[in-house]
Amino acid sequence: MVWLLALAIGALYAGGLYMMLRKTMVKLLIGLAMIGNAANLLIFTSSGIVRSKAPLVPKGAKTVEPPFADPLTQALILTAIVIGFAVLAFALALVRRTYEAVGSGGLEDMTEE
Amino acid sequence: MVGQAVGRWRIYSVILASVARAMLPLLLVFSLFLLWRGHNEPGGGFTGGLVAAAGFALYAMAFQPRSVRRVIRVDLRTLMGAGLLCAAAAGVIGMAQNKPFMTGVWISWQGPEGIAVEIGTPFLFDVGVYLVVFSVTLSIILSKAEER
Amino acid sequence: MNLLVLPVLVPMVAAASSLLLWKSVSAQRLVALLGALGLALVNGMIFARTQTGEILVLGFGNWPAPFGIAFVADRLAGIMLLATGVIAVAVQIYSFSGIDSDRESFGFYPLTLILLMGVSGAFLTGDIFNLYVWFEVLLIASFVLMSLGGERLQLQGAVKYVTLNLVSSALFLTALGLLNGSLGTLNMAHLSERVAEAGDPGFTTALAVLFLVAFSIKSALFPLYGWLPASYHTPPAAVSALFAGLLTKVGVYALIRTFTLIFTQDPGFTHQLVLLPLAAMTILAGGMGFWVQHDMRRAFAFAIVASVGVALVGLAMTGIPGSEAARTLALAGALAYVFQTMLVKTQLFLMAGIVRRAMGSCDLRTIGGLAATAPWLAAMAMIGLLAFAGVPPLSGFAPKVAVLRASLDLQQGWVAACILAGSVLALAGVARIWSEAFWKKPLHRPDESEQDQPANALARIVPVTGLALCIVALGLGAGTVFDAAEAAARQLLDPSAYIRAVLGGGP
Repeated sequence: MVWLLALAIGALYAGGLYMMLRKTMVKLLIGLAMIGNAANLLIFTSSGIVRSKAPLVPKGAKTVEPPFADPLTQALILTAIVIGFAVLAFALALVRRTYEAVGSGGLEDMTEE
Repeated sequence: MVGQAVGRWRIYSVILASVARAMLPLLLVFSLFLLWRGHNEPGGGFTGGLVAAAGFALYAMAFQPRSVRRVIRVDLRTLMGAGLLCAAAAGVIGMAQNKPFMTGVWISWQGPEGIAVEIGTPFLFDVGVYLVVFSVTLSIILSKAEER
Repeated sequence: MNLLVLPVLVPMVAAASSLLLWKSVSAQRLVALLGALGLALVNGMIFARTQTGEILVLGFGNWPAPFGIAFVADRLAGIMLLATGVIAVAVQIYSFSGIDSDRESFGFYPLTLILLMGVSGAFLTGDIFNLYVWFEVLLIASFVLMSLGGERLQLQGAVKYVTLNLVSSALFLTALGLLNGSLGTLNMAHLSERVAEAGDPGFTTALAVLFLVAFSIKSALFPLYGWLPASYHTPPAAVSALFAGLLTKVGVYALIRTFTLIFTQDPGFTHQLVLLPLAAMTILAGGMGFWVQHDMRRAFAFAIVASVGVALVGLAMTGIPGSEAARTLALAGALAYVFQTMLVKTQLFLMAGIVRRAMGSCDLRTIGGLAATAPWLAAMAMIGLLAFAGVPPLSGFAPKVAVLRASLDLQQGWVAACILAGSVLALAGVARIWSEAFWKKPLHRPDESEQDQPANALARIVPVTGLALCIVALGLGAGTVFDAAEAAARQLLDPSAYIRAVLGGGP
């Protein structure tokens, strides 16, 4: 399972990087989104995967019986997903506005001056 | 612009419009349910806010994005500000009792016939999250949809 | 210890209030000014408390570290917060006349306040994942500020800025995932202990380099600084001044914090072999860019790069084996340099905004004659420019000399040569800007309509003058400044007090 995830993470990073090196803004954006997802999956995988239940304390009990999933990892990924969502939404709007202002979605059509 | 005028808004599909009109209150109630349930079980302000925003997004698709702003009445920026203040207040209440910021404070109320309500600052924080997530998500969706 | 949450809470409440008052721009201005003044006040109080050597800790929600998130204020955080407060007030006053009404009504004030909130949070947090979150808070606010207004040039700059910063964030997140997976904690004090105990320094060193790359994009370290001169000259002066003063310095802060507290397991590699040459090259690259640019604001953008280089050379030299005194001197010089450069860069960018208003352009080839038409501005500009070049008795001199001395004490002659060459380039650039913008007869006369209204001019000249006075005072009181920086450097080089303060475990 870990191997499978590791391969998926590698593929996502590689694909994201490839997309970022293309010449249009939309592909750049897709690349950024892929790298963000790769990082989230990496956090998930590197903290150790166990087949277990949600870390919720049942009614009447004081603690959860192990094995339970690490809630910290989930909190980290959730935070990262939320941030990624906000950033990507903004980047999408920015790309659209830039496309309208520059008249092209190509990165090489951007001038310095 | 395709579609026909029904009432005040131009619509594209009668089926979608009818469904959206019926779903909006249902989704709003469901989002509040998620918010309430979030304290002890899966759910919470974030999912609740997203569900509520999704309800209005559906409405915006069926009618026009402009119609959503009319239906909500309150400006979304006001909701963002109110949400941030709720979340900040949830932290400050603990501070007022001379405990560290964000320490949970609980009020319990014993009603008649064994009804007991316990409400605390984490819930207030969740309400703030709900408002911020709802208003930010919806204003992103609407501002994109209005650009034509 | 609830004082520690106020640098975050005050801007947050002010941002929320100004969102509620979105209909009235003048009410938003008032709230923003009050927010900035409040921030300066609480930051000053925290600075004063940290000056006793005490390390303040606040565990959120009464959770003990390392289980909860803690805010920690040591001397370094106090110094950074103090500068943040001063810059916040200066920029907020300037923006009353320097920001057009379109941007004002599109949320300029709430966004600057959220940016300030993110910066304060980043300086205070004791948890490295929380640092990531504050980085993102300030980045998202800066993205919007950068593109607010939607001019063509500005959008192009914003695309570069956003892309590079998102790459940096993705690297940061990747490094965090691996760190959490390998060491099982994200509390920085706890990490410091775990790294010291860890049996696999190779993996930790690889992680350290990943963090180094992520932070060096944010702090504009050679060779990853390209986004900064490509974007900082595009937004209005108030925005770029805020960025110039604060954003790269958050990256520098993150480097200083992580590479004194956590990643000290292999300084010969991370500090000496990787960071030191890069930082030295940064000085040269920034200096050369500053010297050749035609646009005043782009030249100042390169000046930011150069000063980041000086500060990071100081940090990198703490990893060189040698006398404790020399390493402390290097870090103390770096800290004093960062503090003063935050004020200097803000002042320079605000000044470039005034020049642009007065002349209609910042192009050194066409503007000129400001020494005659605006003598007060010219005098203030002189102070900022000379402070950047490191001319005594202004604020840039003493810290640079300290870093230089340390590099000689540690037998790094080539580093000293880089610093000196950087200073020469800076001086040459300053002389060029001075003669082109202030002495030479202008080729292009601005129309009457482009000229300033005197009433507005006051709100622009006050912050520039105030910052100039701070720069002079820092230069004249160099001894006091340096004592504070040295104490902070000592505290950083011996992290045991920090760890004890956060994790407890008795004195």
